[in-house]
Order: sequence, then structure tokens, then C-alpha cells
Amino acid sequence: MKKRYYLPIILLSIVLVLLSRQTVLAQEPTPFVSDDQVNALARELYCPVCENISLDVCPTTACSRWRELIREKMAAGWSDEQIKQYLVTQYGDRVLAEPPRQGLNWLVYILPPLFFLGGIFVLVWVLRSMKTPRAAVEIKNPPEHVDDPYLRKMEEELKRKSE
Amino acid sequence: MQSDAELSPQKEARRLPASVIFVAFVVLLGFLGLIAWGLNRAQSGPITVGQKVPPFQMTTFDGETISTADYSGKVILVNFWASWCKPCEQEALDMQKAWEYYEPGGEVLFVGLDYVDTEGEALEFINRFGITYPNGPDLRTAVSQMFRILGVPETYVINSKGELVYVKKGPFLSLGEIQGVIEQALAQD
Repeated sequence: MKKRYYLPIILLSIVLVLLSRQTVLAQEPTPFVSDDQVNALARELYCPVCENISLDVCPTTACSRWRELIREKMAAGWSDEQIKQYLVTQYGDRVLAEPPRQGLNWLVYILPPLFFLGGIFVLVWVLRSMKTPRAAVEIKNPPEHVDDPYLRKMEEELKRKSE
Repeated sequence: MQSDAELSPQKEARRLPASVIFVAFVVLLGFLGLIAWGLNRAQSGPITVGQKVPPFQMTTFDGETISTADYSGKVILVNFWASWCKPCEQEALDMQKAWEYYEPGGEVLFVGLDYVDTEGEALEFINRFGITYPNGPDLRTAVSQMFRILGVPETYVINSKGELVYVKKGPFLSLGEIQGVIEQALAQD
């Protein structure tokens, strides 16, 4: 007979435990999100209204609202990527400090290193060509006898001096 | 003298291969072309008065999708605003009064586009001024880019033929000013 009562009691206990757990969860406070956490993400974003100002240092009211929005989303458990995606959907790609790697944006990533490497190549080429001395003009098979009175005079003078 | 001498061929100065020079020029020209295209695109003017306005879509805060193509034959007033914009507050009440005036006639559609704003504050703004005409965020700033707005508030009036007939940069100063503009657009029918 006793065994017949065990099952309902166990089930009731489980339900009570679960209910009490839910109550605890409901009472948990909103997770604290610090300014540093908000600014770390805001640094990767730009103010969509005032151009070329990073969201973490933008002083406008609108920007402080966006930082607050980031805080709310973080507190709600959103990941950085989810928050970024949300802001892009709302305000466009221009809010991203780093343009997404797609379409023509690829040029931003490809061209600078390409130009840099090209510059290095040209620089090395020029330096190497500067180091290689130009071949001197050589006179092959100089004439054995040159009938030039001036040269003859010079040679005689040199001979005399060397003696 | 040298005519008797046989000169060795002088070594040629080291030069970049022609193919490298060619590729460099092609890349450079391509890059310049791209910059020119971008500048041209960025500086192409906004839709001017008299031009046809391409149809656009918006989703209101209530989730309703509105396409201007569905309202051909009607005068459409497009108002860009934001909750953080003080001058927008100045015209909000007059804009709502104008909507209340024209809504029963069914000849005019008012559309509010919330420019880079946060939804909570935008809804609070709408409630504060009792705005009832369709309002929604300008997602990805697609519509404001099409009109190339310079700031908020800005208002564009499109006539029943789909042509832009009026542009207001800054807030309307009175209900009469809004009505005057709309009457002018209606008169063009």
C-alpha cells in the first residue's frame, strides 16, 4: 500500500522543486553590464549620424541612446555579433568600423596590401639596379700604333719622368 | 680614334619588365576608375523637383508594409524625423493636424520615416504627439539615401503622377504651411 503513495509524492516533490527554481529565476536581477563592456563593442561601431566618430566617444544624445541600447541587448544576453547585425539592419553597413567582407568592400582589404607589395617590389628593383655598377666602356683590341703627335709626346714625357 | 676601336656593348640599365609595368598601369587605371565611379555616385544629386520618385517600401512600427507603388494617383507626403531631433518636435503636432484634416478625403497619404533612431524613443515620440499616420524606421537608411537627405526633419511631397513637387528642409512652421504645400500638389491633378 505504501508503495502506491511514493510515486505521487515523488512527482509532487519534483514539481515543487521546479516551481521554486522558476521563482528563483524570475527574481534574478538583470545582469550588470559595465560601461567598459559597452564601450568595447561601441568602439567597433560608428555613429550613424555624425560621420567618422566612433560610437564609444560620440558625445551626442543619439549616441548615448545607442550605447544604452547596446547595454540593454547585452543584458538580454545578445552576443556582440547579434547586436552588430541588429544595428546594421537598422542603420546600414556604415555603422561598422570594419566594412563587411563582401562585394566591392573586398577592395578595401585587397588593394592596400597589393599596392604595398607592389611598392616594395619596385623599391627593391630600383635599389638593386642602383647597386649594380654599370659596365665601363672597354676598348677591345686597342690599336697598336696610333699616329697622334700629342699622344706620342705624352708617352715620351711619361717615359722620361719614370726614368 | 674610337672609330678604330671596337667597343663592347654597354650593359643596358636594369628596367622593370614590360609586363609588370603594364599590370601596374592596369591596376592603377582600374583603381582610378573605381574612385571616379564612387565619386560620381556620391555626388549625383538628390531627386529634384519635377523628377519621378522611384517607388519605395517601408515597414511601420506596427509591422505593416507600405509600398508607395500601391498609392499611385494619390499625393504622398514623406516626412523624415527622429526622436532625438528637437526641430522635429516643433512640426510634429502640425503634421498630425494636417493628417487629420486630409485623412478622411483619402486623396493624401502621410508617411513618417524615422531616421537612425532607437525604437523605444521613437514610439515614445509618436505617443507624445499622438501621431496616427503610418510611421516606421528607415531601415538601413535606404529611403533617406534615395532622397539624399541632409538631416532631419525633411519633408518631400509627391504628386499623384509620382513626381516630386516640393522639398522642405527643416521644420514646417505652421499647419497652414503644410496645407498650402499639399493643396498645391492636389491642384496639379
